[in-house]
Amino acid sequence: MSYDAHFKVWRGDADGGSLVDYTVTVNEGEVVLDIIHRLQATEAADLAVRWNCKAGKCGSCSAEINGRPRLMCMTRMSLLDPAEPVVVTPMRAFPVVRDLVTDVSFNYAKAREVPSFVPPAGVGPGEYRMQQEDVGRSQEFRKCIECFLCQNTCHVVRDHEENKPVFAGPRFLMRVAELDMHPLDGAAEAGIDRKRGAQEDHGLGYCNITKCCTEVCPEHIKITDNALIPLKERAVDRKYDPLVWLGSKIRRRV
Amino acid sequence: MSRTAREAWDVVVVGAGGAGLRAAIEARERGMRCAVICKSLFGKAHTVMAEGGIAASMGNVNEGDNWQVHFRDTMRGGKFLNHWRMAELHAREAPDRVWELETWGAVFDRTRDGKISQRNFGGHEYPRLAHVGDRTGLELIRTLQQKIVSLQQEDHRETGDYESRLKVFQEYTVTRLLKAGADGDSAAGERIAGVFGYARESGRFFAIEAPSVVLATGGIGKSFKVTSNSWEYTGDGHALALLAGASLINMEFVQFHPTGMVWPPSVKGILVTESVRGDGGVLRNSDGRRFMFDYVPDVFKEKYAESEAEGDRWYQDPDNNRRPPELLPRDEVARAINSEVKAGRGSPHGGVFLDVSTRLPAEDIKRKLPSMHHQFKELADVDITAEPMEVGPTCHYVMGGVDVDPDTAAAVGVPGLFAAGEVAGGMHGSNRLGGNSLSDLLVFGRRAGLYAAEHAASFPGAGRPVVSEADLEAAEAEALRPFGAEGGDPAVSEELAENPYALHQELQQAMNDLVGIIRKGPEMEEALRRLTELRARSRRAGVEGHRQFNPGWHLALDLRNMLLVSECVARAALERTESRGGHTRDDHPAMDRRWRRLNLVCRLNGDSTEPGADPLLGRVRLERREMPPIRDDLLALFDKEELVKYLTDEELTS
Repeated sequence: MSYDAHFKVWRGDADGGSLVDYTVTVNEGEVVLDIIHRLQATEAADLAVRWNCKAGKCGSCSAEINGRPRLMCMTRMSLLDPAEPVVVTPMRAFPVVRDLVTDVSFNYAKAREVPSFVPPAGVGPGEYRMQQEDVGRSQEFRKCIECFLCQNTCHVVRDHEENKPVFAGPRFLMRVAELDMHPLDGAAEAGIDRKRGAQEDHGLGYCNITKCCTEVCPEHIKITDNALIPLKERAVDRKYDPLVWLGSKIRRRV
Repeated sequence: MSRTAREAWDVVVVGAGGAGLRAAIEARERGMRCAVICKSLFGKAHTVMAEGGIAASMGNVNEGDNWQVHFRDTMRGGKFLNHWRMAELHAREAPDRVWELETWGAVFDRTRDGKISQRNFGGHEYPRLAHVGDRTGLELIRTLQQKIVSLQQEDHRETGDYESRLKVFQEYTVTRLLKAGADGDSAAGERIAGVFGYARESGRFFAIEAPSVVLATGGIGKSFKVTSNSWEYTGDGHALALLAGASLINMEFVQFHPTGMVWPPSVKGILVTESVRGDGGVLRNSDGRRFMFDYVPDVFKEKYAESEAEGDRWYQDPDNNRRPPELLPRDEVARAINSEVKAGRGSPHGGVFLDVSTRLPAEDIKRKLPSMHHQFKELADVDITAEPMEVGPTCHYVMGGVDVDPDTAAAVGVPGLFAAGEVAGGMHGSNRLGGNSLSDLLVFGRRAGLYAAEHAASFPGAGRPVVSEADLEAAEAEALRPFGAEGGDPAVSEELAENPYALHQELQQAMNDLVGIIRKGPEMEEALRRLTELRARSRRAGVEGHRQFNPGWHLALDLRNMLLVSECVARAALERTESRGGHTRDDHPAMDRRWRRLNLVCRLNGDSTEPGADPLLGRVRLERREMPPIRDDLLALFDKEELVKYLTDEELTS
């Protein structure tokens, strides 16, 4: 059942690096992260990698496998062609720290810019009443494990460093949508317009719904269809978003 | 002169799981400047792995529930070894801690009348677990994380700096607690003065001076081979506390969760939530028999169904039927599975079958257990809506931990040190009920933050304990030792360096085989011999490369902690000559009422961690300590007939 696989792992740091070749044993049922751990234990004790739960629940071991953004713990070796080399590289949209570890502080900075949940006035702890069908959508978005693969793959920032200051990325636009759809969020009463904020502060208009984020989401959250498009549609000032404007024109003509 | 950068904060919280974040929120809301230190990225702590729910007697699904019933269940689950005061505070305060989460944005599953839904779980008399599908831990950690962000936003509005009052030092590891005498350098009246450690990313050392430190580092599972725990669970807080002069209690009690994945090998140990059974899943052996009916112990006989038909009726009509024995406390179910496999009635890969596919419609399974469905599909190629899972016991949780004051979470004997969550001992006695962990994190995380804040506030400005240069230099030297090990540092050894990964694997194998789910005296003696040998070799654990994000170096440092806590577990387990909860002795299979009153307390041997100490000597010494008697009004919650099973005759008559 075991075989020797050819791995090419990016090794280096902020000053540069390169792919390093390894031949390493693969056993039945293993995932890419198992192989990276085997390399650490045998021939590369200092190979840097983030990981925690090894079960697709914490979102730590994000990387690119043969160029595709994935969780290493959820990528089974049996899905990869044993005859081809397996290329493991760090996420491209974020600065490299070392080997497979990147500096993801961009995401934590963006998280702070989204206004938090506003508890509704006059409703005390224990008094919250919400129906299951009304919380389903927010719950879908709260499945997010913050692996940041959607942030990494989104073309608005993937090769456009200059867009980072003005664009929150799919994960945090989805966070805005989640709060906007929360049945008891008191933002509006507190004078916070989440829809306008999405447009003006978080760069919702940059998103042109190519669904790259949805494709890489390991939690299978329909980020584009369920969060970003509805948020665009709910945004107060539609004319700022040419795509929605165009969409509405086309629909009207049909 | 040490080159370590120093910062000053009021409260330092070590660990950013549920307990640590809840403590930090409390300390900050009490006006203290609070630093949180965590080994992983913010929001990745092991709490995200919790699946089933948060136990709190809100009574949303069954109005019969209240804190007294929850208290009773908790004491029964822990076989009455719990510190009764902790179990009481926990049961009383859990509902408030859950409701509070909603005001911070948590979105729990709902009942039909719009309240927080609650599910059944092992050992809980009523549906009690607030949950979000089977990803409750993620909801908890995200809610606390987002609450912290909202406090940082407040601080930003006031001070222009998000991190002026609450800062998360992510990917930092603490290797030493620092202390100082009440009057400068004197050893008399030593109290906490701060923490020392390294930034994982850069490898640079740091020290934070603070009069209060809260340990919230979680457990010790990485000392065992088959475990549901992540790499972070290396017993750091347990070891830091010991090294600082605190004591640990109940270390012999390690919970093996009955249902971990057993196949494929690379995922062996990963958790399969108890909710599978809470929602109707059943355990079967290779004969297709629901074997749990054969394993109901005497103390629980009246509480559990005698036939499959009765157990099945209970899901719809809990008032007139008794629960199925699949929902016994975890220690009972884990032992039963172990026995079935040993008797040759296991599944092909050495577990038993856990089946929900014949019990619920596929759509219900996907809705109630989405992450289990996902996990088995992706990792094992098993569709749990169509076929049974294979499961077996996995090291999951340590009941033992820092000896704390039940009300304040203050570590006994070390002023300024607090502990909450899995790293604290006493709350769960000899066995923890599912769902009682998340509530424990919230209840005692808050209490630790509160009393840590009070303690810090009693040291305004000048007069705070000051970290000494000598202590910093010693901590630096200790952390750098793995780089000098290769080639033989003559002060350490002239032999070749050891591979830290190999040492770790040997430790895990030894603990798994010799101090695992079923224990025997001679095997534990063998474990202690092996630990001694590993301790000697670990002093030569060496690493290559440099200090920047070097996992080999990190592991070499973690070995000290794992070896210390493993010794505590082995020594205490050898000493306790009975079986109770998460401690099962093949050579002493019965529960003994005389042991019920005794805690085993672990302390560090004198100077055993000094560089010159003989590595062959044990690091830990044990003491027996009598437990405080349970308060009368709490005892009165139980029937006499039940108490007779646990308490000695003198206890009952006095």
